[in-house]
Amino acid sequence: MVQLMSLNSPITLLLPITLTCICFIISVGDPARFIDWDWLWLLFHSISPYFWAAMGVAFAIGLSVLGAAWGIFITGSSLVGAAVRVPRITSKNLISVIFCEAVAIYGVVVAIILQTKIEFVPPLSDGSYSSAAMFSGYSIFGSGLTCGFANLVCGMCVGIVGSSAALSDAQNAALFVKILVVEIFGSALGLFGVIIAIVMTGGVDWGATNG
Amino acid sequence: MTWGMEMLTFNIKDGYLEALVRGHKAGLLSVADYNNLSQCETLDDIKLNLTASDYGPYLANEPSPLHTTTIVEKCTQKLVDDWNKMRCQADETLGRFMDYCTYGHMIDNVVLIVTGTLHERDVQELLDKCHPLGVFDSIATLAVAQNMRELYRLVLVDTPLAPYFSENLTHEDLDEMNIETDRRALNITLNSIGTELSRDDRKKLYSNFGLLYPHGHNELSMAEDFDQIRAAMEKIPVYASIFNKLGFGESQMLDKLLYDEEVRRCVLTYEQQFHYGVFYAYMKLREQEIRNIMWISECVAQDQKARISDGIVFTF
Repeated sequence: MVQLMSLNSPITLLLPITLTCICFIISVGDPARFIDWDWLWLLFHSISPYFWAAMGVAFAIGLSVLGAAWGIFITGSSLVGAAVRVPRITSKNLISVIFCEAVAIYGVVVAIILQTKIEFVPPLSDGSYSSAAMFSGYSIFGSGLTCGFANLVCGMCVGIVGSSAALSDAQNAALFVKILVVEIFGSALGLFGVIIAIVMTGGVDWGATNG
Repeated sequence: MTWGMEMLTFNIKDGYLEALVRGHKAGLLSVADYNNLSQCETLDDIKLNLTASDYGPYLANEPSPLHTTTIVEKCTQKLVDDWNKMRCQADETLGRFMDYCTYGHMIDNVVLIVTGTLHERDVQELLDKCHPLGVFDSIATLAVAQNMRELYRLVLVDTPLAPYFSENLTHEDLDEMNIETDRRALNITLNSIGTELSRDDRKKLYSNFGLLYPHGHNELSMAEDFDQIRAAMEKIPVYASIFNKLGFGESQMLDKLLYDEEVRRCVLTYEQQFHYGVFYAYMKLREQEIRNIMWISECVAQDQKARISDGIVFTF
């Protein structure tokens, strides 16, 4: 347990900070209540759904590119080092880099799809937006987050496996195909996020009148 | 404990070098290479056999009457070149780790120079005998010191070893270090049987960590002959299996068995990615390989080919 809570572990640092932020945000309205629901309602009601939609697009492409870049440098640094002794591995192992790159492409595709879903609707007379518009904003935000995080961890996963692939290919060429299978399964993880992201935006209709 | 985070962050600084050291490790001689070497009739044959290996370029321009010392020197040069190239590329943390790895040689060199100087040997001759991995800039000035205190005050404070000589402290917590310290303790005991070294003096020479510390050390310091050493060592499971392979009274095979165990553990470090152990293991494996080549060359040079297989510790 002492090991688990050691100072250099990320949870020990991040958990108190996150808890403090959350407690601050939900109790900042009326100090008499731990969670001020009215204030929260006002808060989320007043934020434009276009903000959420734009954040969704930003997360979709931003986190995907972060994952892809992370994977590429993990793979790339090992690949370059291993290729010093065994130059034959370079062109074969470029496929690991391409798998990582595909993660960024998923992000671009989803970001473009999300972007095309955003339409203009005028606000209601009190300056707020209809439920349909709010729903559309949150849908796009959620689908952007889904795609972004799925692709972030997918990129890391493919990068680590790709790094191992480069090192093991350098030692024994027969291992390459076997590790490539593992890598393909890793890169499929990002696709799951893309599928769910697209499904999530299926109901988006900014101008629906029933809400 | 970093929950696998080192997988995500290790390659930022050390990915290239880790791959590089694994590449160097792939150049170590295999069992087939050793078999070919064992068939050699002359030292020139050995040179010819090593041409295809990593040592090729280092031995290529050596004139024909070869000596064992030349071969070993050139092979060591290969290790030193690899090591220095990697050391130049290493970032701060890895660089410090690699420095720690060479401190063993550095200490040996210091001891060599100091004892040599006290016996009034030529400094240049001593410097030639130093292990090149343990050479540091001011090593030649060690010779000016006349006693230990002066040595520390004048010379060692400026060397990387200063904190160790002042506090006798070490931070390494590697498992390999345990076997290393235990082996040193064992060697001290073995070599001191039959000398006037008293029990307390002997105990002072042991390190203060390792699997044997502290109870094993007490028993070792009391040991008067090989069987008592064996009784002390067999209480540790790792060593029990090693001593089981030895018949009673065969102390000369012990060195080889301990080397076997070390090589086995060094090879195991390559099973896991994203850690520094591979650098230490590479140095140890390469040194073992050079010892093997030295043994083969000596056997060939002295026409003792039947004994070649006794001294080789196979790495792969």
